[in-house]
Amino acid sequence: MNQTHAARHPGAEAIADKGWLAANKWLLARRGSQLSILLLFMLGPWFGIWLIKGNLSSSLILETVPLTDPYILLQSLFAGHTLESTAIIGALIVSAFYILLGGRVYCSWVCPVNIITDTAQWLRDHFKITGASSLSRNTRYWILAATLILALVTGGIGWELVNPVSMLHRGLIFGMGLAWFIIFAVFLLDLLVSRRAWCSHLCPVGAFYSLLGTHSLIRIRADARDQCDDCMDCFKVCPEQQVIRPALKGHLKDSTEIIGPVITSSNCTNCGRCIDVCAKDVFHFGLRSNNTVNHTTNSKNINKQHNHSSGVEVL
Amino acid sequence: MSTQPTTARHSVTRNSRRKFLLDSARAGGAATLLALGVGLYSRQSVSLPASAIRPPGALDEDDFLGACVRCGLCVRDCPFDTLKLATFGDKVTTGTPYFTARDVPCEMCDDIPCVKACPTGALDHSLENIDNARMGLAVLIDEENCLNFQGLRCDVCYRVCPVIDKAITLEMKHNARSGSHALFIPTVHSDHCTGCGKCERACVLEDTAIRVMPFELAKGELGHHYRWGWKEKSKAGKSLVAPDVEHQYNMPQGQSYDLQGEGLIIEGKNAAGADDASPFGGSPLDTLNSNNFNTRGAQE
Repeated sequence: MNQTHAARHPGAEAIADKGWLAANKWLLARRGSQLSILLLFMLGPWFGIWLIKGNLSSSLILETVPLTDPYILLQSLFAGHTLESTAIIGALIVSAFYILLGGRVYCSWVCPVNIITDTAQWLRDHFKITGASSLSRNTRYWILAATLILALVTGGIGWELVNPVSMLHRGLIFGMGLAWFIIFAVFLLDLLVSRRAWCSHLCPVGAFYSLLGTHSLIRIRADARDQCDDCMDCFKVCPEQQVIRPALKGHLKDSTEIIGPVITSSNCTNCGRCIDVCAKDVFHFGLRSNNTVNHTTNSKNINKQHNHSSGVEVL
Repeated sequence: MSTQPTTARHSVTRNSRRKFLLDSARAGGAATLLALGVGLYSRQSVSLPASAIRPPGALDEDDFLGACVRCGLCVRDCPFDTLKLATFGDKVTTGTPYFTARDVPCEMCDDIPCVKACPTGALDHSLENIDNARMGLAVLIDEENCLNFQGLRCDVCYRVCPVIDKAITLEMKHNARSGSHALFIPTVHSDHCTGCGKCERACVLEDTAIRVMPFELAKGELGHHYRWGWKEKSKAGKSLVAPDVEHQYNMPQGQSYDLQGEGLIIEGKNAAGADDASPFGGSPLDTLNSNNFNTRGAQE
């Protein structure tokens, strides 16, 4: 393979250093997780093996353990419905899981739409399609609020009429109908209109799980950040690029405040792709705790920061 | 030199504040647009097509749409594959369960597994006796094609009804076409019909003459001030308007009339006797057909 071409491809250096498998292990694990969760749900309708029934909105494991999506339950509450205990127990179990492991683990390890949007992003990179909308990444929180207000005003769960996330999962299990149109629209949106438009800008499901995992235990840490050689590979593959910088560089763009090595932003999906593509092994999965600054290891960054702060940087 | 950073900092904060406000407005605008679109779409899709029937115990449609999380657990636990989830593009709200009685009706399981499976109570768990389910109301909608209305003894809808003789009865009526036969009219009673749709499924016609309809389509509503006189009378045990007057018939001598009993009584004659001087024959139909009344009227 041409060396210059390989160097331009994010993760190429990691593959050269660590081997293909080690440089893709979290991606493979994630695809494995997404597909096996889907397969678990399909075992019933395909082979009559009912380990789990229902879909991501609500399900029942082995006829005993209920699971319920807390977001749809919240919409139901806003719609004015008094809930049965089964759904509440199910939502508590699911919430506890994501509060511990990181809310947006749902997005990167469970959600079937992630496969669609990751494919779109892969094609986007492959065909060098550029262009990002100026739409704020906070738009998803506005949409999240709008879906709840919609439920409150109409008394129905309006968002579920068009929600691509539940529609894809339910469709694969119970029948798609015309739902492919919506899924295709999301695919085109991410491929042609704007980078990571759906998952990182618009999706209120992701926004909800992001809020759920604000204080999650499992986080990605950049403990070896002094090893960083600024190759930008992690930044290129990250679906939520803004979350890396504070932990990796130890400070914000226009601030002198030193920040610990934990990626604390709840928008981080814990996908682990940054771990994969980093040839210097800067990142690893760890706990949120012990997010202290080691002054000796960060002296380099702090010096950089002082150099920057003399000039005013306008965004 | 000393003032420049201050003004620059001012312009930074002003710029970032401006950017923040603009970003927020843009995001809020996008969200509002989306919500408006979805809201309008949801208004359009709340009206359930008449042929789609909700599972037993389903809350009123408005409440149901706020309670159902579209998980399909009721569908999974239906042993007869009656229920299905609406897909995007169906006329039924996306993801919600329904069935079409003409295809597969509800078998009215005693243990109601679909209701038990519902995690949210969109199917009301207080429904414990399936006979109390009110999924809809069967309506014999096409009297012109219903075989029983023509005087035939099809009776299939009546026979298959799981609540036979309560939800559907056969009401005997005079058959005016033949003049001498009876019609056995299948008659649905809303206080017992569960809306299971077995009658609709079983109707032998090319397209069914009896259909399960949503209650609000199938039922009228009496004016709230209306009272049925005879019911009020029996409740009170006496006439509520004026004291009942003894009924009198001014009959020719030797004849009397018993309204709710034998009818015309001719004294000294056996009721069955036909060979007498009465202008009436043994069969009332003969009398009517012979046009006796008209000819006699003309002679006088």
